[in-house]
Amino acid sequence: MSLINADLEVTSIAQVAEETYALRFHSPELAARLKPGQFMNILTSEAVEPLLRRPYSISRVEGEECEILFSLLGKGTHILAQKRVGDHIGVVGPLGNTFGYEKDFGTAIIVAGGIGVAPFPYLTAELQRREIPVITFLGARTTARVVRDGLTNLEVATDDGSEGHHGTVIACLDEYLSAHEIDRPMIFACGPNPMLKATQEYAREKQLPCELSLESEMACGIGICQGCPIEKHEGERKYSLVCTDGPCFDSNDIIFHEHHHA
Amino acid sequence: MNTSYSLGSMHLKNRVLVASGTFGYGNEAAPYTDVNALGGIVTKSVSWLPRQGNAPTRIAETPAGMLNSIGLANVGIDAFIADKLPFLRKLDTSIIVNIAASSTDEYIDILERLEDEDGIEAYEINVSCPNVKEGGLNFGTRCDMTETITRELRKRTKRTLIIKLTPNVTHIADFAKACEAEGADAVSLINTLVGMAVNIRTRRPVLSTITGGLSGPAIKPVALAKVFQVYSAVKIPIIGIGGITTWQDAIEFLLVGASAIQVGTASFRDPDAAVKIIHGMETFCREQGVEDIQELVGGLQIDAGVAAPGFVKAMEKEQA
Repeated sequence: MSLINADLEVTSIAQVAEETYALRFHSPELAARLKPGQFMNILTSEAVEPLLRRPYSISRVEGEECEILFSLLGKGTHILAQKRVGDHIGVVGPLGNTFGYEKDFGTAIIVAGGIGVAPFPYLTAELQRREIPVITFLGARTTARVVRDGLTNLEVATDDGSEGHHGTVIACLDEYLSAHEIDRPMIFACGPNPMLKATQEYAREKQLPCELSLESEMACGIGICQGCPIEKHEGERKYSLVCTDGPCFDSNDIIFHEHHHA
Repeated sequence: MNTSYSLGSMHLKNRVLVASGTFGYGNEAAPYTDVNALGGIVTKSVSWLPRQGNAPTRIAETPAGMLNSIGLANVGIDAFIADKLPFLRKLDTSIIVNIAASSTDEYIDILERLEDEDGIEAYEINVSCPNVKEGGLNFGTRCDMTETITRELRKRTKRTLIIKLTPNVTHIADFAKACEAEGADAVSLINTLVGMAVNIRTRRPVLSTITGGLSGPAIKPVALAKVFQVYSAVKIPIIGIGGITTWQDAIEFLLVGASAIQVGTASFRDPDAAVKIIHGMETFCREQGVEDIQELVGGLQIDAGVAAPGFVKAMEKEQA
C-alpha cells in the first residue's frame, strides 16, 4: 500500500460544537485511500513542542478533501484550532485498520462518546451507500458539545440532562434496544475507555457483535515505537498495537484495565 | 565530498544511522522514507526470547521530549532471523543489530547465533536500557559488568562491536575507557535519561513503570556534553545519540567529537527525518567548503583558558 507523508493545505476549518472543530485538508491521494475507521498522524507545528504527531480519525472524505474532528484537549489541538485556510499541516497516513462494515449484519448501532464521534460521519456515509440502516447513540457532557452533522437517527444522552437521555449513552442504548425490534444489530463504538468498557460489557451480556475503535498514546503511528499496546485475550502475543493491529478491534478480544484512562 | 566512514570492519556510506527502537526492523518505515539512503539501521533490540514489553501506559510526551517504558518488546532471536533479517539483508545500508540481554551468557548466546547469519555488519550492545527489571541499566551502571560483557563479546566476533552507554552514571568516560580497553570498536551514547511524569488529576504516575527513558530534543544538551566528555577520554570512535532532530544538531555532535550519529525520537515525528538530516549535512558541507566530513569530527574550537571549570575538573578526575 502506498502511504503519504506530506505537508497538506488546510482548505477549511469550522467550529461544529462547543470547543469542537472540523478541519479539512486537500489530498486526492489520501481521499482515494482512506477507509472508515482509519486514522492519520498529524504534526500540528514545526516547533519541538508538541514534539510528536497526534492520531486523528478520519471523519469524512468528500471529493479530494479529508476531514478530521477534534476537541480542544491540549497544546496540539489548540494549535490546530488556530490554523487558517492556506496553512499547512504534516500528515502521515492512511494508518490502521478499518471498521468491519463489510461484515454480515442487518443494522449498524453506532455508539459515540464525546469526540469519539470523530470516525462516524464517514462510517455512516459508507453504510448509507450500502443501504444498511444506522441508529446512532451519542453521549456528551452537555447539549452544546453534541456533534450531529453527518450522522443519522440520533439518540442523545447528556451527563447534565440538557438534551435527550439524562445519563450514560449505554443506558440510552439499552432503553432503546429493549423497546425496539432491531434486525441483526452490530455495534460500532468509539469514545473514552470507561465508555468502551461499558459498551463491551453490554455487548457481551446481550451477545451482540461489537467493534471498538480505541484511542491510545502513540508516538509513531506506524508500529515502530511499540508505545500503544492493548492487552488481548487470545493469541500468542499478549499485546497488540493500537496503531497497526487496530484501532478497530472485536470487543471480545480486548482487556481493559483501570490504568487505561481515557 | 566524502561522507563515508569505516568503523571497525563496517563501512558506512554516510554518518547518519537510525537509533535502536526508533526504526523497528526497517520495514515499518520503508513506505515513508528512502531507507537505502541511510548510513545504517540499528535494529530494535533483540533478546533471546520474545518479550511482550511493559504494560500500558508506555509513553508520555514531555516538553520537547518523550518518556518511554516499552520494556524491550521484541520478537526474539528466532523470529528476528526468520522474519526480519531477510528484509534487512536486501537493503543497501549497513545493518547493526542491537542486542539486549539479562545476563552475560544471554548476550553471548545471541551474538553467537547471529555470527552464523550474513548481512550483519555490526552489533550494538544495549547495556543500558532503563526500562527492564533484569539486566538493563544494572549492567550499564556497573563498570565491571560493562567491561566483562565487552571482553566476552569481543572474543567471539570480528564484526564491529559497539557498546551503547547510559548517561545515568556519575562518570560516563570511565565506562567508555573500559569499553576501549576491552576491544570495543566504538561506543554509542547516550541512551535515554531516567525521567518521570505525573498525572495530577489521578495523582498517579503516567507510565505503568513509574519512571521511563527520556529522549528527544530535551536531552540534546546533555548528550552533547557527554559526547564531548568521552571524546576527551578515549581514542575509539563515538556515535552520538540524543535529541538529534535537524542537520544542525548532527553537525553539533560531530564538532564535539562524534564520528557518526543516530537519529532516534525524531523518526517518530517524521519517518523521513534521518534522510533529511543527511541531505542537510551535505548541503552544509558544500557551503562550508568541507571536502571530507571527517574534518568536522572533534572540530570544536575552544579558546585557550576558556572552559567550564567544574566540567574540566570532572574530566580531570576521570582521567586521573
